Amino acid sequence: MHVKILIGTAAATAVLAGFSSAALTGGEWGKYQVGDLRSGYTYAAPETRAIQDDDFENPAMLALDYGAELWSMKDGDANKSCADCHNDAEDSMKGVGARYPAFYEPWDKPINVELRINECRENNMKAKPWKYESREMLGMTSYVKYQSRDMPVNVDIGGPSTPFFQKGKAFYYERRGQLDLACKHCHEDNSGNMIRANLLSQGQSNGFPTYRLKWQGVGSLHRRFRGCNSQVRSTPFGYGSDEYVNLELYLAWRGRGLPVESPSVRN
Amino acid sequence: MFSGEREETLRTGRYLIPILGIAGLLAAFALASGDARAEELAKFMVKDGNSIPQSLTGRPGTPENGRKVAIDRKKGNCLACHAMPVPEQPFHGAVGPDLAGVGSRYDAGELRLRIVNPKYANPDTIMPAFYKANGLHRVLKGFEGKSLLSAEEVEDVVAYLVTLKE
Repeated sequence: MHVKILIGTAAATAVLAGFSSAALTGGEWGKYQVGDLRSGYTYAAPETRAIQDDDFENPAMLALDYGAELWSMKDGDANKSCADCHNDAEDSMKGVGARYPAFYEPWDKPINVELRINECRENNMKAKPWKYESREMLGMTSYVKYQSRDMPVNVDIGGPSTPFFQKGKAFYYERRGQLDLACKHCHEDNSGNMIRANLLSQGQSNGFPTYRLKWQGVGSLHRRFRGCNSQVRSTPFGYGSDEYVNLELYLAWRGRGLPVESPSVRN
Repeated sequence: MFSGEREETLRTGRYLIPILGIAGLLAAFALASGDARAEELAKFMVKDGNSIPQSLTGRPGTPENGRKVAIDRKKGNCLACHAMPVPEQPFHGAVGPDLAGVGSRYDAGELRLRIVNPKYANPDTIMPAFYKANGLHRVLKGFEGKSLLSAEEVEDVVAYLVTLKE
């Protein structure tokens, strides 16, 4: 009897859900859309979205698990782990993924999560910095940002960050490469349009690091920048370069309010 | 009314010298040496910012080859952004206008300008200049000083597009 009622309720809910999703098509993507802002999730293929929807299917979760392992592993001449100072990442790292890149006074400029991790490794752990796209760095960045999952992106562009934000914005609108394209030509003017077989997105950054099907692996936002720059036949900047960190700050601001999705899944 | 890439570059150089002094001289020198490569490109005249009336090669192009250049991903790659009456190729882009009937909407000179450098007609366009080799920013090694298409290829594409009548 109870089972029958449950099934009936489930069926009714499913029907209602079907109606509401039909009614909401034409721009409504739930938490993945804030006003006109749309996460890359909404431009991904349905099968790709399904992988992200299920944490057990999302291959980036393996990177995250490795990051969680590293969190409490001692390293460097100081023989310290992240946990020795920061305790439980679920508390101490909550919100970090939403507010980075953030201004870092000792360096007198904004830095991203990757650079902050290495700064801690070098200065506090007396350990070797990790390479930008190493399994360690991608794992730890994924793990740290995951602690802000679903929190709205909210970077501070005021005060000392403003000139760096302005540089990031200038980069976004500056044409480059033999194809002479600025970020804005594809991601602002043409998001939602097909470029050959690919759907152009708004180029939002809230899902990085991401498991990209094309890469068959997890990669950073700066890897994506380098790919985009090379595709327009322009010399890419280095991983963690000032140019890319400034752009990262500007992109986070453009996507403010979108939920942190790291580590996401994209085409 | 008339301008070519070369004149524009030299004009910039002339302004820089008095304004920036030595830095200007160095910049002018850099521009001038950059210009040596530009001379490999044919000179052309732009009419009313909307047309390049004369063939870059002095000869008409070949439409059959133009169709191939337009499709080739390493050359025109027009399908990346435009739908075209090329049914054998899947996945036509939707960034630019459909090119079916484009030969009825523009004449050869107007089409040539839009392939050589569409920014003459629309400075904000996403469309690359296919016949421009200088004045580009941070070009990837191996592509520096090179235009996307040769003069012959531009003419072939023009000849092909002219055939796309409504």
